[in-house]
Amino acid sequence: MTQTGAAPIRKPLHMEADLALTPEEKRHARREVRRHRLRAFLLVAPLLAFLGFAFLAPIGTMLYRSVYNPGMMQLIPETLDTLAEWDGVDLPPEEARADFAVELRRLFNERRSGRLGEEINRVMPGASSTIQSTGRALSREDEADVAARGAEMLAEANANWRDGRIWRSMQQAGQVYTDRNFLTALDLERGPDGEIRARESARIYINLYVKTLRIALIITLATMLLGYPLAFYLSRLSPGRANLLMIFVLLPFWTSLLVRTTAWIALLQTNGVVNSTLIRLGVIRQPMTLLYTEFSTILAMTHILLPFMVLPLYAVMRGIDPSYMRAAMSMGAKPLAAWWAVYLPASLPGLSAGAMLVFIISVGYYITPALVGGTDGQMISNLIAFHMTESNNWGLAAALGSLLLGLILVIYFLFDRLVGASNIKLG
Amino acid sequence: MDGADRREFLEFDRVQKSYDQENLVVRNFDLSVAEGEFVTLLGPSGSGKSTVLMMLAGFESLTSGDIRIQGQSIARMAPYRRDIGMVFQNYALFPHMTIAENLAYPLKLRKMSGAALKAKVQEYLDLVELGGFGNRRPAQLSGGQRQRVALARALIFEPRLVLMDEPLGALDKKLREQMQFEITRLHKQLGFTVIYVTHDQTEALTMSNRIAVFNAGVVQQCDAPDVLYESPKNGFVADFIGENNFLPGELVGLDGGSAMVRISSGETLRCRRADAERVGMRCNVSVRPEKLFFDSPAQSCENRFHARFTTQLYVGDFIRYFVELPDGTPVVIKLLNDSAAPSFTEGEEVTLIAAPQDCSAFEPTDPIPEE
Repeated sequence: MTQTGAAPIRKPLHMEADLALTPEEKRHARREVRRHRLRAFLLVAPLLAFLGFAFLAPIGTMLYRSVYNPGMMQLIPETLDTLAEWDGVDLPPEEARADFAVELRRLFNERRSGRLGEEINRVMPGASSTIQSTGRALSREDEADVAARGAEMLAEANANWRDGRIWRSMQQAGQVYTDRNFLTALDLERGPDGEIRARESARIYINLYVKTLRIALIITLATMLLGYPLAFYLSRLSPGRANLLMIFVLLPFWTSLLVRTTAWIALLQTNGVVNSTLIRLGVIRQPMTLLYTEFSTILAMTHILLPFMVLPLYAVMRGIDPSYMRAAMSMGAKPLAAWWAVYLPASLPGLSAGAMLVFIISVGYYITPALVGGTDGQMISNLIAFHMTESNNWGLAAALGSLLLGLILVIYFLFDRLVGASNIKLG
Repeated sequence: MDGADRREFLEFDRVQKSYDQENLVVRNFDLSVAEGEFVTLLGPSGSGKSTVLMMLAGFESLTSGDIRIQGQSIARMAPYRRDIGMVFQNYALFPHMTIAENLAYPLKLRKMSGAALKAKVQEYLDLVELGGFGNRRPAQLSGGQRQRVALARALIFEPRLVLMDEPLGALDKKLREQMQFEITRLHKQLGFTVIYVTHDQTEALTMSNRIAVFNAGVVQQCDAPDVLYESPKNGFVADFIGENNFLPGELVGLDGGSAMVRISSGETLRCRRADAERVGMRCNVSVRPEKLFFDSPAQSCENRFHARFTTQLYVGDFIRYFVELPDGTPVVIKLLNDSAAPSFTEGEEVTLIAAPQDCSAFEPTDPIPEE
């Protein structure tokens, strides 16, 4: 007996050649894919353009501005050019000093010497008046004279010009790319030899960052304590009733932020609702200072940010099946133990989303602390606004803002390591 | 231990429940369950069966009445003290714990730890044939596997009672049958007492020792599956359990245990007397499709009636014939698809026969709403 024909030969259902596409079909399929991609891109293009224009560009500008400082270069370009060769010992070469005298005279006559003073003042407090008085003295001289013996004239006009310090400050302030703003924002400065050291004056910015973080943390905890039970209760109601109560949670969103904040002023001021009620009830004799304190900032911001905690919590809790708790309890867990072992982990995505939202929003909050915070309740954004609008020091404002951005990124990173960013759920 | 004592392991004593202080969802519920028994609460949705289960588990309070386990009242006992295992329809496995951690949870609550805990978890994983799945998360398992884990978790702490709330409701038909087999196997192997809630009668019939049929908050009948199927007490049970034909008629006489009913086609049928009592009242004769046959010379039967053939459906292993009584009442006959299966033309007159013990006379009831 032979083996031939013992086993039936099975023909494969599809030969490989049958399954492959012809070049024509391939081209067609590729064109189809390209068209899909183009359509998808066009749908998101407006958003991308808007993001680039309104989000990425300003942030980029801010980061750039915190290190880019062209002011001095525009005012005294030639002086800075010649000063660049000076090694910082004793006095700069006579040529540089003469260049400066010419440029200072011109600036004074154009009434722009004030800005020069401002720029140098940031590095060497008090330099502004030296600049102004010297400028006045030089303006009385003839231009050719100043060009010829500018160095002497400077020394005559003010004793400061005979010292290397002001020249070094000028050199420092004249750096187009500088870390000065960041050092200031971190309460540091450069010593005479260029080494970085703690600034002698008070540690304003670090203290303010710490305080901002502390206030944001307290607000986050307070919204958690208030929001968690509320969201739990709402999630257990019938959808109709839950929606009705949700309107009350959302009501603050429908009124202006300014109105809500001013309402707190009316409540908390010296003769406000809270104080007068307490006095009438005989709880206190003298009105308490409630407004313009850290307390009022925390109180008002907790109120304003509460919905940001309740909404993600509610969305997540709504999806937690009640049978989880029932299962845990049927196995013998007391309600609190069952909550800890089962409900809390299940609601954690909502809790962390709410905490992240509230914390990040409150770290950068501006209006409420500005209105009810007084001097005690100011946060970092109030100081950034101050440097942008009052002291006109955009470089420092940008550095403070960049540090704030960095801080939030660091916090997000830590949060991701501890809780896991995938555990954030916004509903 | 004699039968009467054994029955008193779990007792419902005139339990009533109302959610809105006006309408009763459960009315006068009495039930005694023996240790090791598998009792199913069966009924359409909204009939109160799940409420009974929730009251037993302690997640709903009793409006009146009492529930006792081994003679001790548990009506006011906190759920976590009742020592009752529970299996839920959506499994309720804790998603952030592994399968082994899920199983270990009730043991840890009972202060078990170390090697003993590990061994017990493995024992129960093996029991539900998921020995190698301890380190997976619930999301990585299929529906049937999850339900097996849920089952093991409800059993692992050896509760005195296991409740199952439509545990197979989320599974497809094939898995459901596998799981029915699995639950029955575990029940036989471990001998725990089960209260099982379902609206699927096949599930109830195949698994239970006894079935309590619920309707509108009242238990219509509580009996073994075969009793329930063969001799339903009223029209609702006859209609709800299995498929049934109802032939409208009038009770014309009582003859001992039998009731004589004249149906609309004019013939008088001898029936089992269920809840039809007064001569002259309107009543329904119920005959199951598989107990109806076409008249043939080989069979002789007292109950025979005429109908008109309408159509037939070929189902594979059997054939369903549809006929109509003169007043338009549809009747279904189910015959095995063998060589004897007859065929008819539409409108043809046929004669149907049914044994008297397979016909029951009931008071008319409202039809059960389709789910």
